[in-house]
Amino acid sequence: MYDPTVARLTYRALLGRRRALILFALPVLLIVIAAAVRGFSGADDQVAVDVLGGFALATMVPIIGVIAGTGAIGPEIDDGSVVYLLSKPVKRPTIISTKLIVAIAVTMAFSAIPTFIAGMILNGNGQQIAVAHTIAALVASITYAAIFLLLGTVTRHAVVFGLVYALVWEALFGSLVAGARTLSVQQWSLAVAQKIGEGDLITSDVGLPTATVLLVIVTVAATWYAGQKLRSLTLAGEE
Amino acid sequence: MTTISIDHTSRWFGNVVAVNDITMNIGPGVTGLLGPNGAGKSTLINMMGGFLAPSTGSVTLDARPIWRNEEIYKDIGIVPEREAMYDFLTGREFVVANAELHGLDERAAKKALATVDMEYAQDRKISTYSKGMRQRVKMASALVHDPAVLLLDEPFNGMDPRQRMQLMELLRSMGDQGRTVLFSSHILEEVEQLASHIEVIVAGRHAASGDFRKIRRLMTDRPHRYLIRSSDDRALAAALIADPSTAGIEVDLKEGALRIQAVDFGRFTTLLPRVAREHGIRLLTVSPSDESLESVFSYLVAA
Repeated sequence: MYDPTVARLTYRALLGRRRALILFALPVLLIVIAAAVRGFSGADDQVAVDVLGGFALATMVPIIGVIAGTGAIGPEIDDGSVVYLLSKPVKRPTIISTKLIVAIAVTMAFSAIPTFIAGMILNGNGQQIAVAHTIAALVASITYAAIFLLLGTVTRHAVVFGLVYALVWEALFGSLVAGARTLSVQQWSLAVAQKIGEGDLITSDVGLPTATVLLVIVTVAATWYAGQKLRSLTLAGEE
Repeated sequence: MTTISIDHTSRWFGNVVAVNDITMNIGPGVTGLLGPNGAGKSTLINMMGGFLAPSTGSVTLDARPIWRNEEIYKDIGIVPEREAMYDFLTGREFVVANAELHGLDERAAKKALATVDMEYAQDRKISTYSKGMRQRVKMASALVHDPAVLLLDEPFNGMDPRQRMQLMELLRSMGDQGRTVLFSSHILEEVEQLASHIEVIVAGRHAASGDFRKIRRLMTDRPHRYLIRSSDDRALAAALIADPSTAGIEVDLKEGALRIQAVDFGRFTTLLPRVAREHGIRLLTVSPSDESLESVFSYLVAA
């Protein structure tokens, strides 16, 4: 289910492209914000939850998921170089699962680690707020990577659709329409954070059992379908 | 014996029929797939390479289906037309990755790079390669597992004459080793120089098939027309008409040119410069006036 060569090529493609700069820029922004907030208003649990929930989980994690998830396969399909992977006796689902693992690892590295650092800066992990959000970021990374990897195999405009989902659906509708919140990776991961955090500062609209089931179903279904799409990927040629 | 069998295969995209009920077998040796641009060559090669499902009919390699069958790539090497590769890798890294995906190690990659004569640039990034170098690294990636079948889509596009010669040499030796080598081209001379067997595709249909001499005869027997301007049109006309390779000459006063109809293409092309030189005439324009590939192909289809 894992091919080291596919993984190596995917890492180099992901971290070598210009869009990888966003992978570095957003975490830096989060940490700068955390330091500034701490500097101006001191340690405050509510502020820490606002920054980590409002910026890290609601905006940064999904955007990094979009970059890593679509970037793990989209550009290769776009320019046709995926032909060199597909013309090999390697099972297509293995290619997808390997790319998923890489996308998850990259999303986790660039979202969970800065979330933890920002949390420590904000209130030194008071009420387990830093750890809770870090684990939520780890959980969300898995599902975002799977969703956006699928998007990368389905459409040439994966980045646009991904950003629309991440910013409009998760951030905007999620805060306006109650129903949208049930179908939101962000809320599912918050359910996990709520379980870990002490006190009642972290809240989610979804119960933990529902959230867990949805996280697993969406991740597995997206990965399976991406494998199927790759099996019948057609290259129409230039005619 | 490794044979690709295309059996009553069609492929359409929406309302457009790209490949129309083609049946052919491609066996060992070098086969040229010849046809004008847009004839359906790439569609056919993509079906042979497992990147496109036939709409109807079947495409098989020794009775094994090619579509949705990853195992088939143990026996097939593919050189795609598209330029895109992993440009951020060096040539060596790229070929090694291709070897690993076949379960082979660095030695196979080394051998393939030597076969295509790319060792000297193997440690440079692919993004710095010329078109010909890219083509050769693509070849190395397709040869790394020593496949019985090699599919190449327009491999000579954009290559300079020397690179072209080298690649032809390489493909010829592959064919001599008993491999099944299929390449597509829209240039008659390329196919003629390399392929012992030619399949001609025009507008999605299988127009002709067979030995290149037979097809060449069909193509060269037709009258060729040229438009020629020179320092002394009338003297040139008089000298040319004396030779049996010229069937007719018209002095086009309005254009200030000669319109010549040649019946023996090969003989005429050596005759013209010789005659001009002997008579001290300077040739200013020599242009074939009906040489468009479409006219050649339509002639073939009618024959």
